[in-house]
Amino acid sequence: MYAQEIIRQIEAEYLKSTLPEIRIGDTVKVGVVIQEGGKERVQPYEGVVIARHGTGINTAITVRKTFQGVGVERVLLVHSPQIESIKVLRRSKVRRAKLYYLRDRVGKATRLKQRFDR
Amino acid sequence: MSLGILGTKLGMTQVFDETGKAVPVTVIQAGPCTVTQIKSPDTDGYTAVQLGFGVVKPKNLTKPELGHLAKTGAPPLRHLREYRLAAPAHLTLGQAVTVTNFTPGQIVDVRGTNIGRGFSGYQKRHNFGRGPMSHGSKNHRQPGSTGAGTTPGRVYPGKRMAGQLGNKQVTVRKLTVVKVYPDRNVILIKGTVPGKPGALVSITPANLVGRKQG
Repeated sequence: MYAQEIIRQIEAEYLKSTLPEIRIGDTVKVGVVIQEGGKERVQPYEGVVIARHGTGINTAITVRKTFQGVGVERVLLVHSPQIESIKVLRRSKVRRAKLYYLRDRVGKATRLKQRFDR
Repeated sequence: MSLGILGTKLGMTQVFDETGKAVPVTVIQAGPCTVTQIKSPDTDGYTAVQLGFGVVKPKNLTKPELGHLAKTGAPPLRHLREYRLAAPAHLTLGQAVTVTNFTPGQIVDVRGTNIGRGFSGYQKRHNFGRGPMSHGSKNHRQPGSTGAGTTPGRVYPGKRMAGQLGNKQVTVRKLTVVKVYPDRNVILIKGTVPGKPGALVSITPANLVGRKQG
């Protein structure tokens, strides 16, 4: 496909080359750039990757954490310049591609078994 | 009207702007177009420029078409479109028109044929509501009333009914040029343009009503 080839070349300029391998169930620390009164600063956001959608420049991850007893989910475009850094802190053993079942659980039940082989 | 450019819609993607926001863009392969005819008031009664786009094999064109293009020494071109210009003095026959005429941030109009949906019913074509599906209604996708009875004794013109939907020329106005790639003859335009990938589109500088520029 000739048209797809051109589109892929255009997207390639915007893709990040230094992304870590992000898998479902990983605990990640994401540096999100936020604008505050004309100033830019990086805010860290830490949570579990419960879903991954899209391909190429469209790749997005859903990161879930529990903040003050309230579940918070952010959908982040991983190739966006607003994502300053992504660091994988912990990998876990999961058997699903989408961990939406974590939304119905609280406390101890949200734990995921850690895996060390990757 | 000002001089535009012809192109092929390639598809859509997204890019990031300076602030890091994702911008939905349509990728259009535009040009290089060839000036195939310059119309003047003496010979044609009006001024316009004809552009040709899309090189094809000579066997795919008719002899009259080939003869017309041979006059300017242009290659066999599939599409010919005219742009009305007040003063086409800066153009010469056979000159190439490329995407360099456009700059990022410029406001443009994009004209093309939208996706054809054939003979469509009331719901799809005019967003009519639907009738009850059950209780023996037999009125699932019907139009309802088309007007009063004996007076006026006819259906008023313009009554929305079933018919051909799409496959019609559409202009999407005031779109922004996001990026221009002169080496690849590719232009990125924010938002959607008519037609499917592969469709012929014409990009012109925006026709701003009330504050016309040259």
